[in-house]
Amino acid sequence: MAAETVPQSSPSVMQLARWAVSDSLVMTRRNLLVWLRVPAYIVFTVVQPVIFVLLFRYVFGGAIQVANQGGYVNFLMPGIIGQTAAFATFATAIALAQEAKQGVIDRLRSLPMARSAVLAGRLIADGIRMLVTILVIVGVGYGVGFRFQNGAPSAIAMILLAEIFGVTICCVSAFIGLAIKDEESVQAFGLIWLFPLTFVSSAFVPIATMPSWMQAFANNQPVTLVINAMRSFALGGPQFPLFPALWESLVWLAGILIVFAPLAVRAYRRAS
Amino acid sequence: MDTTARDGDFAIRVEGLHKSFGKVHALRGIDFVVPRGSVLGVLGPNGAGKTTAVRVLTTLLPPDSGRALIEGHDVVRDAAAVRRAIALAGQATAIQIELTGRENLWIMGRLHHLDRQDVRVRTAELLERFELVDAADRPAKSYSGGMKRRLDLAASLMGDPSVLFLDEPTSGLDPYGRLGMWEVIRQLAAQGTTILLTTQYLDEADELADNIIVIERGQVIAQGTSDQLKDRVGGDVLEFTVVDRALVAGAVAAVSGLTDAAPRVDPESRRIALQVGNRGSQALVEAVRRLDAARVETDGLALHRPSLDDVFLAVTGHAAESGNGTTRGRGRKPGVRPAGD
Repeated sequence: MAAETVPQSSPSVMQLARWAVSDSLVMTRRNLLVWLRVPAYIVFTVVQPVIFVLLFRYVFGGAIQVANQGGYVNFLMPGIIGQTAAFATFATAIALAQEAKQGVIDRLRSLPMARSAVLAGRLIADGIRMLVTILVIVGVGYGVGFRFQNGAPSAIAMILLAEIFGVTICCVSAFIGLAIKDEESVQAFGLIWLFPLTFVSSAFVPIATMPSWMQAFANNQPVTLVINAMRSFALGGPQFPLFPALWESLVWLAGILIVFAPLAVRAYRRAS
Repeated sequence: MDTTARDGDFAIRVEGLHKSFGKVHALRGIDFVVPRGSVLGVLGPNGAGKTTAVRVLTTLLPPDSGRALIEGHDVVRDAAAVRRAIALAGQATAIQIELTGRENLWIMGRLHHLDRQDVRVRTAELLERFELVDAADRPAKSYSGGMKRRLDLAASLMGDPSVLFLDEPTSGLDPYGRLGMWEVIRQLAAQGTTILLTTQYLDEADELADNIIVIERGQVIAQGTSDQLKDRVGGDVLEFTVVDRALVAGAVAAVSGLTDAAPRVDPESRRIALQVGNRGSQALVEAVRRLDAARVETDGLALHRPSLDDVFLAVTGHAAESGNGTTRGRGRKPGVRPAGD
């Protein structure tokens, strides 16, 4: 067969770009509407991190010794916020697995919409959801004694870093959801891999209290680096230096994105 | 490609389509055409390749070889143009059940790149046409199965497609929901939309389709109008039970010669079956008259329309197999479709 076909009234590149943006926003709105309509989703995304705050602040916190100003609650909150951002991506994996399995993604792919919009709309909506959750947790933190120590711009930088971290982890979760495509398996597996990364990190305890073989892992894994940088933004002071934690964490996040964003896109193309 | 072949009257043209998943040969050389404005019924059991064919034609799956044109656009090389011309519906997969009917239509309209005004007008029109006005602002999860399918179909029509693919649009619906779907599909066909409809039910294809192809194991094993297919089965079957065992032979003698076919007799159950082709009611009256004259008392004398299984039996020599084993009769619930169907 000859390769030449005369495309009839093919949309221009500009038009395609406009559609890609508007399709992504339509999908974003759809995903956020679903989230708002299901009280259980809201409860899950907000109540669970609140429980973590209360648990670590009042149950475990008394037994954990830290030397920073404001005590354990100040140490804890950047850790909880980082963990919350990571755990929020569980919903990304579940939603994409459901949509792949139920044929929703197939159906959307048969539309003249931009193919990137399904993933983009999911990531944008989940990013917004994550930001809402982070702000709620910050509010709860203030209720239990947490205070930013380093000024408003640094506080905003901390939230921004948590958000960048969370959206990066979203790509990993999107890949997991689309590759597994089975809601029950994702329920079982979608969060488990995050437990060692978030708990064997500086999120909840000073790493110096861990056995030395574990410290080697804890000190060098991305969640620790991200949370160290967040803690530095939140609390400041020589005890929590911003560098090199910030650069190291950004390099890690860029690396994760470079690997998992294409994997997620590929899994999406194959999901059906 | 010959540029003079514009496939003028065919909305769908399929030539030598092959698709395999590893060792599973889902499509093994499928050819058919669908004239513009007509309804094609694609009939076959679970796993026959119906869904694979629909997925190739709707650009979701590239074929291994062969080609398919929708309104003259190649599904592989010109997929974007194909997507602008088609809609896929059937299973209620376009519906987000947490959202209202109106919101669902809004999403689909926007994804078809209609402007806000057009979305509003078209939404109102489709809600009206599919009898969903009262339910429009309720979450779709409160809808009945039939309403969900109608909403799904309405959603797929937001883009005003010229070719509509309906993948088992009534599977799992109750009889009332089924009739409702048939009614809207008939309306669409009457307005000139080209429709390709997959189904496991012969009566559904019979009701809705101008032409039928029967697919089994990835090949077209029969095609024609519904009447032509039934004629291959031998048309209607007259069946009855003889009350008195001693009169079975007399009954056979009485109905022999009604048609060219010989009566089939099951002595154990005293049941007699006779293929009567397309002269069913005439044969029925004649059979009653002859049996009465021979003083044979019968039970359950009735005409049976051929079922999908009968068609399969006739064209393949074996009963239709599905994921749930062999099924008979109508109104059965479809099973879970195996992967790669």
